[in-house]
Amino acid sequence: MNVKEIFETMDYGPAPENSDEAMAWLMQRGDGFGHFIDGKMTAHHDGFKSRNPATGVTLATLSQGSSEDVDAAVSAARKAQGKWAKLPGHKRAQYLYALARLVQKHSRLFAVLETLDNGKPIRESRDIDIPLVARHFYYHAGMAQLMDEELPGAEALGVCGQIIPWNFPLLMLSWKIAPAIAMGNTVVLKPAEYTSLTALLFAQICQEAGLPKGVVNIVTGDGATGELIVNHKDIDKIAFTGSTAVGRRIREATAGSGKALTLELGGKSPYIVFDDADIDSAIEGLVDAIWFNQGQVCCAGSRLIVQEGIAEDFYARLRLRMEKLRIGNPLDKCVDVGALVDPVQLKAVSKLVNEGGHEGEVFQCGTLPEAGCFYPPTLITGLHPAARLMQEEIFGPVLVATTFRTPSEAVEIANNTRYGLAATLWTENVNLALDIAPKLAAGVVWTNATNLFDAAAGFGGVRESGFGREGGWEGLRAYTRPNTKAAKQAQILPVARPATAEVNQLDRTAKLYVGGKQARPDAGYSSPVFSPRGRQLGHVSLANRKDVRNAVEAAAGAKAWGKTSGHLRAQILYYIAENLSARADEFAARIRDLTGATEARAKAEVEASISTLFTAGAWADKFDGATKAVPMRALAVAVNEPVGIIGAICSDDQPLLGLIGAMAPALAMGNRVVLVASEAAPLAATDFYQVLETSDVPAGVVNILTGSHSELARPLAGHMGVDAIWCFSSCDLSKVVEAESASNLKRSWVNNGLARDWATTPMRDVLPQTTEVKTIWVPYGE
Amino acid sequence: MQTSPSLADVTSSHLPQIHEARNPGMDLDLDWVRSVTANTSAIERRAATLPGRRSVKKDYQAAWLCRAVSLMDLTTLSGDDTEGRVRRLCAKARQPVREDILKDLGMSGLTTGAVCVYHEMVATAVAALDGSNIPVAAVSTGFPAGLSPFHLRLAEIEDSVKAGATEIDIVISRRHVLTGDWQALYNEMRAFRTACGPAHIKAILATGELGSLRNVARASYVCMMAGADFIKTSTGKESVNATLPVSLTMIRTIRDYHARTGVRIGYKPAGGISKAKDSLVYLSLIKEELGGRWLKPDLFRFGASSLLGDIERQLEHHLSGHYSAANRHPIG
Repeated sequence: MNVKEIFETMDYGPAPENSDEAMAWLMQRGDGFGHFIDGKMTAHHDGFKSRNPATGVTLATLSQGSSEDVDAAVSAARKAQGKWAKLPGHKRAQYLYALARLVQKHSRLFAVLETLDNGKPIRESRDIDIPLVARHFYYHAGMAQLMDEELPGAEALGVCGQIIPWNFPLLMLSWKIAPAIAMGNTVVLKPAEYTSLTALLFAQICQEAGLPKGVVNIVTGDGATGELIVNHKDIDKIAFTGSTAVGRRIREATAGSGKALTLELGGKSPYIVFDDADIDSAIEGLVDAIWFNQGQVCCAGSRLIVQEGIAEDFYARLRLRMEKLRIGNPLDKCVDVGALVDPVQLKAVSKLVNEGGHEGEVFQCGTLPEAGCFYPPTLITGLHPAARLMQEEIFGPVLVATTFRTPSEAVEIANNTRYGLAATLWTENVNLALDIAPKLAAGVVWTNATNLFDAAAGFGGVRESGFGREGGWEGLRAYTRPNTKAAKQAQILPVARPATAEVNQLDRTAKLYVGGKQARPDAGYSSPVFSPRGRQLGHVSLANRKDVRNAVEAAAGAKAWGKTSGHLRAQILYYIAENLSARADEFAARIRDLTGATEARAKAEVEASISTLFTAGAWADKFDGATKAVPMRALAVAVNEPVGIIGAICSDDQPLLGLIGAMAPALAMGNRVVLVASEAAPLAATDFYQVLETSDVPAGVVNILTGSHSELARPLAGHMGVDAIWCFSSCDLSKVVEAESASNLKRSWVNNGLARDWATTPMRDVLPQTTEVKTIWVPYGE
Repeated sequence: MQTSPSLADVTSSHLPQIHEARNPGMDLDLDWVRSVTANTSAIERRAATLPGRRSVKKDYQAAWLCRAVSLMDLTTLSGDDTEGRVRRLCAKARQPVREDILKDLGMSGLTTGAVCVYHEMVATAVAALDGSNIPVAAVSTGFPAGLSPFHLRLAEIEDSVKAGATEIDIVISRRHVLTGDWQALYNEMRAFRTACGPAHIKAILATGELGSLRNVARASYVCMMAGADFIKTSTGKESVNATLPVSLTMIRTIRDYHARTGVRIGYKPAGGISKAKDSLVYLSLIKEELGGRWLKPDLFRFGASSLLGDIERQLEHHLSGHYSAANRHPIG
């Protein structure tokens, strides 16, 4: 077309970004890439091809990481770690700063390479991915600088194995590497096999930054290489971003290994539109929610939930907006929707829509290029929550929609999912927005916006979307631990039945405590408890899996506890302390009888228990959230929400304090608990329920089971209604507990066979285990 | 001046009534006005990312810039305007870009959309543009503040129409918006429209003085209901004039009004658009939010005085490959 003709049609025409520099960079690498280990690129071997999904053209040949490669990378990281962690924070800050600068200096090369490799539109890699990468390194340069001063009790975990997905290749690399090395860890990172090229360019800038060798190691390869990292004996932590299915396998594989674990997994994030919203803006938001990166976004607003009265008008306007989306060459600056990452992904998305689309009305638009992995923007309306496509993550440019009638129904539909990564809501009513945001089961809530990210704001999920946060101060917990050392703990067994036992005249029956009531064990079995001196102290109920079920059900019924004020919870915790204090001598005597402790020690345990209740009461209204300094006109508020129902298998060695040490902070933050009392010395716990009964603790908030730890660990850890599982048993159940926790990917906190003294455990370190950080974004301005 | 026959449709399209029935207006619908929402931060995000989402290059860019010229209300609104100055501007409107450049682009005959002047200069402009088909627009109703006596404001419109202006750019009473007196705004706009007779009426909202995007949206609806043919951002005299967020807000009301009534209202951003690149962003905004139909002079105008100079330089650069200089292009 000539100028005159274009003057008439006003077409956009092609506006391709030049890829010469990126192609030249690839050509310079010759026959194929190796890995980046110990500061050097290794020789290329066992090649697999990396293709441009928009054209199918091979971009490079990469090496499939072998066990020798992973060993070499881990050993380089191990060798480098001590020295790296010992550097003053300021020195590490300088390296991170240099990395941030270098990302900016090579920003266009990174952006073009990312688009070539991944298929995402150049606008996104240029304007979103790469700037966020630089921001992440700048932000964490600051964290390295501040670590010595602000995190005095924290130390690096050691060597971190990091496995990242293909949807935001370099951005996910930065989310993993920046906080890890800022805190003094060294890393072995595996990029996704489809998209390793920007990670390999990053290896080059590590060299340009003069980063000490071994601090960052990058091993390419597929899932088999990932598995080698996950199972490597000399790795201290695994951080994974990817699918829920793989996350679950990693949880099982690392169970009981002592490796720290954070998982950022899938989602089916709700996008709620109330009838008073700015509809045109909400529709524009959907473009950024579900057609951003072809919908291959873990937090994509993929489930549209729109108020019934405006639904038809909303869908009509949305379809008109969709017609304007331009699909095609991702290097074209005028393209909104690029290529899916690989033919495998294209097939998976097509299959899901072909199989499930008929349950609703499918609308697709746009002209697709003849070749390449393209899928049209898709809207499926008229689906019900029961439809498969409303439940399953599609991970493509496919939006599914349903309607609601009332705000509470919107919340109910939004939360009717296994996932809990992100949520979006649109309303012009600030009361409604601030009412709904806390009720949504998600780690991130965006109001009147979507897919806002920043290094200062925590990102991560609840439920089967994983655990752990990336970004902000809370993100550093994924790469640090308290610098205290714990001793190994030997198993403490109940006192064996003596040949002849002294028996109390008046029998006392210790039952289970479930739903605010004393309950007989389901199976009807009890076992006598003896003092070390051979006196029969009483009988303890032996709970079984059905008692676990009943206790969790009771806890589930006590949901209102999470909505009570911190002030009220503090009052109740103080009241428990008061009532315990009134019976201090009796509890001290009980502890002596159960454990043979000296009087002073027994009294000290009771005192520590009372003090712990006070500390928890003190914290109940003081574990504040934070407002994050994000670089846009928005409040990004980090709120500490209760985890929900916490199952805790309590310490054996501190029969009272072990119970209260777990219970008090959990209650303070609004959780409900199912506690399995000390197996070796259970009767302090059963005495304690009488204290609870007189202390205004609502029924179901605290439930106490007694019996065999190893028998109860499995049903409790595997229960899908339990949100977190803790285990401090002297019987090493960490492996079982963590493996079972994979059922619903609940958070776990286990002792790995180490002793824990609750009297010296700072509650500040426990509180993060009792809370989920939810980041609520509220852009503002009239 | 040479008129290429092939561009007849371009020049004739300067007369808005050829393509679209005029907006008959409707009764004031206060429920609609009050239900208006405009989420400022979301609108700003859309506006901020748009330039990164659309881009036109090479011949496409040249063609789009020519289109921008054809959509321009070449304007002079200064206290020191003289007849000589206005005639000079009109000559520029007839030949907005050097003939050799237009010829090389195959765009000979391109003119601006209109010339926009104060009432006192209307007759001069009409005479200077005789035979060109370029309409004369007059700013009116006590422009820019709009606070002269109401009967004088109506008389000013009538006088300008008599003098040959076929487009009248009126200013609304901002106080009606700021106090939420939508009925008063509607009545005022209705009266202005009646006074215009056959001349097309552009309602200047002075968005920089309305306090919020929500008010901008409400005022847009009320003016459209009262019969405005165009809604226009600013006089160019406010401290903040046309911006992308304001434009997005206004054109979304135009889209909505069209969806509900079937009537297409025109849009004119004015003030602050001085770079060729900015004009391309505006055109893509219109194309994206309203569609290609709105990229014609009967439905879109730029109110600009210095934009043309930058476009001329860009067009010469497109042809020569060398960055151009201002002195190579005739002044208006």
